[in-house]
Amino acid sequence: MLIDVIPDNPHPVIEAHSLNRQFGDRVAVCDVNLKLCCGDILGFLGPNGAGKSTTMRMLTGNLAPSSGHVHICGTDLLDDPLAVKRHIGYLPEIPPLYKELTVDEYLRFAARLHGLAKASLQIAMDEVKQQCELNDVGKRLIGVLSKGYQQRVAIAQAIIHRPQLIILDEPTVGLDPNQIQKMHALIRELGKAHAVILSSHILSEVESVCNRVQIMHQGKLVLDDSLNNLKQQNMNLENIFIQLTAGNTPAREPVQ
Amino acid sequence: MMMFTIAGKELKLLFASSLVWIFLAGMQLVLAWVFLGRLNTFLEIQPQLTQLANPPGVTEVIVSPVFSVASIVLLAVTPVLSMRLFAEERRNHTLAMLVSAPVSISAIVLGKFVALMIFFCLLPSLIVALAISLLAGGMLDFGLLGSNVLGLILLAGCFAALGLYISSLTSHPTVAALTCLGVLLCLWVMDIMAIESENIVHYFSLFRHFENFNIGLIDSFSLVFFLLFAITFLVLTIRHLESERLNG
Repeated sequence: MLIDVIPDNPHPVIEAHSLNRQFGDRVAVCDVNLKLCCGDILGFLGPNGAGKSTTMRMLTGNLAPSSGHVHICGTDLLDDPLAVKRHIGYLPEIPPLYKELTVDEYLRFAARLHGLAKASLQIAMDEVKQQCELNDVGKRLIGVLSKGYQQRVAIAQAIIHRPQLIILDEPTVGLDPNQIQKMHALIRELGKAHAVILSSHILSEVESVCNRVQIMHQGKLVLDDSLNNLKQQNMNLENIFIQLTAGNTPAREPVQ
Repeated sequence: MMMFTIAGKELKLLFASSLVWIFLAGMQLVLAWVFLGRLNTFLEIQPQLTQLANPPGVTEVIVSPVFSVASIVLLAVTPVLSMRLFAEERRNHTLAMLVSAPVSISAIVLGKFVALMIFFCLLPSLIVALAISLLAGGMLDFGLLGSNVLGLILLAGCFAALGLYISSLTSHPTVAALTCLGVLLCLWVMDIMAIESENIVHYFSLFRHFENFNIGLIDSFSLVFFLLFAITFLVLTIRHLESERLNG
């Protein structure tokens, strides 16, 4: 790893405190709390329109919260956005790709954009291409690659600068089963030394990769628990998900 | 500097498209055509010119009109080049990547502006290359040439800043291009009106200010007006993108 996570940093990698976001009269996100330490892989679940993407946009500085705070590695996101954003790697739902660039050009741009120095740039690129299996497409245009390759380029973009917090919004969409297996292995590997937030609609994916799970419904957190805990109570993630989010049942208090 | 990283990427994308090369070729064709036409006229009227006490030189008769045409070419080219800067980023969802990176909004906006300006600087350099060929048969007025180059670059800066702002308002490149063309045409029509009546519009006409540079007059009012115009729209772009982050 190029930039090693400082083990004696006493702060959690990310700490969000009572995040709120309104669009006009509509409340999109209401009182969301989040705390992740190094080694946590959080599965972020919820039906479509529950406010997951809005929350992720707030965590990555794409959208200012109406109220509440986001601290990353102990620094407030609003106080020093440029310093804080260095620690974030973000893969949006729709991969942000420049189709006219080659994979190498694109990754070099992503690395520079995140402030990687020239000296470490080539090593970072080789490493990330190895991890995402992009070695044989470096010279090809992104626009002509298959969906699976494009998705992996987008993931490479999010982890090239070795951020401490990696936010992945549905990273396995469009990958074939073999690639999904490899991607899961990669996320588990990343999770050892980083904090990862993984948004997904595939419950089995969350069960196999994550160690914590949060479920959002109608802008509120309705579940925040570790997967081990759920397993011990013999609860099936799918049943919990349906129970908590089906219909318009009033949101339950977060299970502590 | 992040600004130059962004500018580098923009230029790479710009020159990756065939459109730009077609534009450059087309522009050079038009400019060379006008240039040769003026050269022809100059050779025809040269005997009469020698009888004048203070005859206009080659630069005045041939090169200045080419710059004048170039300003109109710029008007047509700017919307197509500026439309993609933000509108396309938004349509392709790549803006999120720039915004979540440790880069300030002003660095993003200025980077894009610098890239467009580097491209626009090719336009005067094409004309200068044409003008230099005249050195084979006479002397050039380098002062007048310099004032024209400066004027065209400043005019391009205003167009680029305006185009950038309009592009930041929408996620449809076509809408951005058409709006930008509309506004630039309005500015041009305003200029025609300003000739007919000596009113206040006169002071706000970009082309009227460019005419000063075109005749070799570096007027500080025109200079400041160009700079203020460009800076205003750059600031508006930055403000708009910032407010988008705040208001969603």
